[in-house]
Amino acid sequence: MMGPLASHIGRLYGRKGWIALALCAAVLFVAFPLANLALPKGNLLHISDYTVALTGKIMCYAIVALAMDLIWGYTGILSLGHGLFFALGGYAMGMYLMRMIGREGQYQSDLPDFMVFLNWKAYPWYWSFTEHFWYAALLVVLVPGLLAFVFGFFAFRSRIKGVYFSIITQALTFAFMLLFFRNDTGFGGNNGFTDFKRILGFHIATAETRMALFIASGFMLMLTLLFARAIVSSKFGRVLTAIRDAESRVMFSGYNPVHYKLFIWTVSAVICGIAGALYVPQVGIINPSEMSPANSIEIAIWVAVGGRGSLVGAILGAALVNGAKSVLTVAFPEYWLFFLGLLFILVTLFLPQGVIGLLNPSREKRA
Amino acid sequence: MKKFALALGLALCCARMAWALPADLVLAVAAGDSDEQVAAVSKLVTSGDAGVAAFFQALLDGNVQVAGGKRVLIVKDQQGIDAASGEKVEPLPADLDDAVVNNRLRGTLESARSALRLASTDRAQRLAAVKTLEDGAGEEMLPLIGTALERETDADIRKLLALVQASVQLKSADAALRLAAVKALAQSDNPNTKMLLLGLLEKKGESYAEPDAGVRAAAQASLQAVQSRLSTADRINQIFTGVSLGSILLLAALGLAITYGLMGVINMAHGELIMVGAYATYLAQNLFRAQAPGLFDWYLLAAVPAAFFASALVGMALERSVIRFLYGRPLETLLATWGISLILIQSVRSLFGAQNVQVENPVWMSGGVEIIANVVFPWNRVVIIGFALAVLTLVWFLLTRTRLGLFVRAVTQNRGMASCVGVPTARVDTLAFGLGSGIAGLAGCALSQIGNVGPDLGQTYIVDSFMVVVLGGVGQLAGTVYAALGLGMANKFLEAWSGAVLAKIAILAFIIVFIQKRPQGLFALKGRMADA
Repeated sequence: MMGPLASHIGRLYGRKGWIALALCAAVLFVAFPLANLALPKGNLLHISDYTVALTGKIMCYAIVALAMDLIWGYTGILSLGHGLFFALGGYAMGMYLMRMIGREGQYQSDLPDFMVFLNWKAYPWYWSFTEHFWYAALLVVLVPGLLAFVFGFFAFRSRIKGVYFSIITQALTFAFMLLFFRNDTGFGGNNGFTDFKRILGFHIATAETRMALFIASGFMLMLTLLFARAIVSSKFGRVLTAIRDAESRVMFSGYNPVHYKLFIWTVSAVICGIAGALYVPQVGIINPSEMSPANSIEIAIWVAVGGRGSLVGAILGAALVNGAKSVLTVAFPEYWLFFLGLLFILVTLFLPQGVIGLLNPSREKRA
Repeated sequence: MKKFALALGLALCCARMAWALPADLVLAVAAGDSDEQVAAVSKLVTSGDAGVAAFFQALLDGNVQVAGGKRVLIVKDQQGIDAASGEKVEPLPADLDDAVVNNRLRGTLESARSALRLASTDRAQRLAAVKTLEDGAGEEMLPLIGTALERETDADIRKLLALVQASVQLKSADAALRLAAVKALAQSDNPNTKMLLLGLLEKKGESYAEPDAGVRAAAQASLQAVQSRLSTADRINQIFTGVSLGSILLLAALGLAITYGLMGVINMAHGELIMVGAYATYLAQNLFRAQAPGLFDWYLLAAVPAAFFASALVGMALERSVIRFLYGRPLETLLATWGISLILIQSVRSLFGAQNVQVENPVWMSGGVEIIANVVFPWNRVVIIGFALAVLTLVWFLLTRTRLGLFVRAVTQNRGMASCVGVPTARVDTLAFGLGSGIAGLAGCALSQIGNVGPDLGQTYIVDSFMVVVLGGVGQLAGTVYAALGLGMANKFLEAWSGAVLAKIAILAFIIVFIQKRPQGLFALKGRMADA
């Protein structure tokens, strides 16, 4: 039974592609843990906890970039709401992590500190069962997925497309940000969730737990890459590209674009949610500013920098921009926005194919 | 002002040395316990002596000292006079203690001072005195209010004074007097009256706060009268703030209606062009303050064109350097203009700092006009409503009655054909974009008069203005106007009902649902143009 599936997966990449993937896997799953945990601090090959945390964070961003590439690069729908799905996944995981603090908070109460502060006596109904990891994991998938499905169902059915769709998703994100900023919403208001203590019984700050989260993120990134590759190289993926290039012709050929768009939009949102759930325990905080419209637009620029419609480009772009961000915001905090702004302008003007296009000039030019 | 009055009072007293206050009462006010103090103040008020006002003023200013626990002195600039007699005391005794004025005494003194001012010959001063007394007059002021009411000739003040008298009489022991007072209070439009009447109807255990059933019934009737008057005032206020918010949204969205609606350019830097206009206003203000302080009140006359041209220039430069190359690729335009907005924000931060800057209203724009009681329209908001109307008229005129407008509409409808008949499309694009940006600058100038001016100013308005344009529909000014006013009103009415944040969320949710039903907005273009 596994035969056809395995051979199908095997066809996703050529020989070189698989070798590259295996190399990445070796670096992430063998070299990183060894160099971080086994080697002593002074060793030349030692990888610091900071590098591990940063790489882990960037891998979560790369997963989001892949999701963005599926919906924007391949289907031609620019979403300005992916930051929202990312944050919702993060909040779902955050609820579980808050529950796991137990009585170790400032007020030694059964409730999280912010609820004690608001003088609440019990958890609101939507917090029920969040102390179970499986339920939180379910929420991570269901909440962004359901929201995307319902929103997308109405939006695509009434043929909202192009810039209209982008602006409406931005408004949605903005509305949710305002909602989560309220204390009464029950998600910690301004401060969001922080001060996590343990996950699945392990202490969250130890190097081992962090390495486990790092490996989980790397694993998820590779899985997402293969999954996305499977989608875009299938017949389904060809219809998506066709929708991007000429939606009305797809319609006149007898396809219903609404189904295709709705499916890929929901899948993309779910992937974002999972990335957010992996991100929160690694950075140790989630607050409503993750939902700010600026964050969602930044996701688009990662993909644009790397190169739209190439999957690997999305990962590359996320790594480049966020790597530059972590260096520049420390070295020249004044100039980071200038740099980011220029990046937006120059990439759209001069690099429509992104960095991948530079590396690979033979790729067919797209209008 | 107070100090000057005191100095004048001192000078007069020193010249004539003529007042005679009962020394025991003066001492009780300055050094007695709380109850004694209040009782002594009310006795002094009714004495009608000329020295009372000066004594109270000195107490409020903290210039009263007690010598050896017996003699009360008003000491200012090392000059002392006896508070009881008004005579000069030379030299000052050594054992002086400050008289302590606690909050209760301060309140009593302030209302006593107002009661004294009721006798002033200046109408404005009497009116101000009545207004202070409205918010709380003690029973001890009743005789003074009574005499003032007899003397008063001005109808407005008489009316207010009668209400103050009634609200004090409510505490009287005589049921008939209370009944009359309650009936008189029906004429009031002060929110405090409502609380006062509600207090009468409150139940304390088994019995009501007001024992007499007749008075209670009258109080109920008066309460209804006051309430209906107050709710009318509320409604007018709500409509006004709604129109005001609508006019601001209109100003912010008008420029966008041109760049997005007519030209199809998604300009995410629109908010930052608003910010540029606000900072231009700030610079104009500083220039006037430094160079021509005498003309400061008229700096807006220079700031309006400055804001327009600053933003228009920035906008035209952007069009020439970036946006021009992205026509027909709206998603790319969105990203590039977002980049521009980041650069503009950081530039302003580097130039002016990350903090908000101060933009002052000219004197003629501060204050407000009272339409009816409790309904004050602030001048700056009134001016902005007028300004928005003027800008709207101007834009309408430009687009429909001038050659540029004709060209803009021609390029919007059919670029190729317009170019064929000789319309310089590239120039028209630049000018139209400049016009849209300039209007954003005007919006910034207006916003600087009512809100904070900081680098993030634009971010707060960008989502709102896009919502206005999306709701109003693309390519029509009328849609923008209706959408701006509609959103402004809806926002304010919902706000009163559910709080600001929920109102905003509800509005956004409404727009998202509305767009499902009418994807092209309120005023959709029909026919072939709809799919252009």
